Amino acid sequence: MITLYDYELSGNCYKLRLLMSMLGVDWKTVPVDFYPGREHKSDWFLRINPLGQLPVIDDDGLILRDAQAILVYLASKYDAAGTWYPRDNPALLGEVSQWLAFADGITATASAARLHDALFYDFDVEAARTGAHRLFRILDEHLWFGEQEGRDWICSASHPTIADIACFPYIMLSEEGGISRQDYPAIRRWCDRVKRIKGFTVMSGVFPAGPAKAA
Amino acid sequence: MSTAALCSDRVLLNDWHVVADLANLSVGAPFHTRLLGVDITIHCRGRYNKEVVRDDTGALVTSTKRYGFLWACLGKPERDIVFVPEAEEGDRYLVTGGSIAVKVSGLRMVENFLDMGHFPFVHTGWLGDEPHTEVAPYKVELTAADELVATECKFYQPVASPTAKGGFVVDYIYKVTRPYTVALYKSNPVQKDRLDVITLFVQPVDEDNCVAHPFLAYLKDGIDEAGIRSFMQLIFAQDKPILENQVPRRLPLDPRAETPIRADAVAVLYRRWLRDKPVTYGAIPARM
Repeated sequence: MITLYDYELSGNCYKLRLLMSMLGVDWKTVPVDFYPGREHKSDWFLRINPLGQLPVIDDDGLILRDAQAILVYLASKYDAAGTWYPRDNPALLGEVSQWLAFADGITATASAARLHDALFYDFDVEAARTGAHRLFRILDEHLWFGEQEGRDWICSASHPTIADIACFPYIMLSEEGGISRQDYPAIRRWCDRVKRIKGFTVMSGVFPAGPAKAA
Repeated sequence: MSTAALCSDRVLLNDWHVVADLANLSVGAPFHTRLLGVDITIHCRGRYNKEVVRDDTGALVTSTKRYGFLWACLGKPERDIVFVPEAEEGDRYLVTGGSIAVKVSGLRMVENFLDMGHFPFVHTGWLGDEPHTEVAPYKVELTAADELVATECKFYQPVASPTAKGGFVVDYIYKVTRPYTVALYKSNPVQKDRLDVITLFVQPVDEDNCVAHPFLAYLKDGIDEAGIRSFMQLIFAQDKPILENQVPRRLPLDPRAETPIRADAVAVLYRRWLRDKPVTYGAIPARM
């Protein structure tokens, strides 16, 4: 059974809960007192992850850190259909990796602004917000052109991939860092599509989509 | 530089307010915050000695430590910090729940804390679910000690607490002890005749911003501190986006400003109590 070292308010932990829920995988949770206890910097946790970061999973003794790396592992191991991380399609794999790195950029900006505003982190919040808007603009245009070509997801496939899961949480939580999504209509439509994927689950601060309008 | 309006409510200026969870303070890292529109900095001089200084004048602000928090009073304290009797009971964990800044008036935060009507919609699957949406009539009164108390509050909750093993009808008591302080007593799922207590100390940062500082006194049976904090933050973070989207951000005290229903009886009394004090900071005063 997978054990997830988890913090409820972490978007990076939420990514894994989201994918495991969509894949129908069972897991159990060890809550880590990230705030205000800073338990991710405690001796016992640093032995599991010397970087002192969440999330971490333990899958029958295999310990992995880094949200994006764990998404790759979970999809490769538990997605029988092989669509979430399409190992047989080099071009698509390249795209997925490109957007996984982009998701790290969203964490470094949108998530940082949220930590500043809500949990008193001493970050340059204006730089974080500016950086997030730059990334959101790039993604919004990418999604808008995709929609013109009939593509619903971030990568060039007819189905979602782990790139969608990696980018979703900190975009969805951006308003808590003072980053409005008002100017990114294609991002907002894509967020609603993610929310309608079978197995979608919420975290605190993320609400489910309303019922889809009949076509 | 501060551009926030300053406070002229004596009842707030001469009272104690939490300004930080001690867990968030460390030596060599000054902590900047704001209280009632006044920018302040907290300095840790060694492990035990904390100093609160006004940024505008450099004057030292009266401060003290209690319940795991640092408290400050900008004026002259006219009464002691709120007493939490359950904090004296040895079989309870006493934990700070994690201070979280919210872009709304602290009075709105208190009122939201008093509201059961939103449980099934905002805390779906935890503190409520459909179709159990009715708020049964409850009692509310102003006590001789000038506290607002709501009793006989009952609500069906699927997962009422970190140790709950299934849904049950939870008994609640609410107590508003100060304009920016509210407490909730709810049935412990293991020892059903005893109550867990959550006191929410709200820091009025300025009129449109606050910090929620929850203080939890939970029975230790079958739970650990990380679990208590995790549950508190799970619930609180569901409220946060709702609170941050309230318009206006301040609490209107005019009875005609927002239309209450019967379930809001405690909120109606809370607004009237604020109006009578009077508390205007964080509020939109009633029209004459």
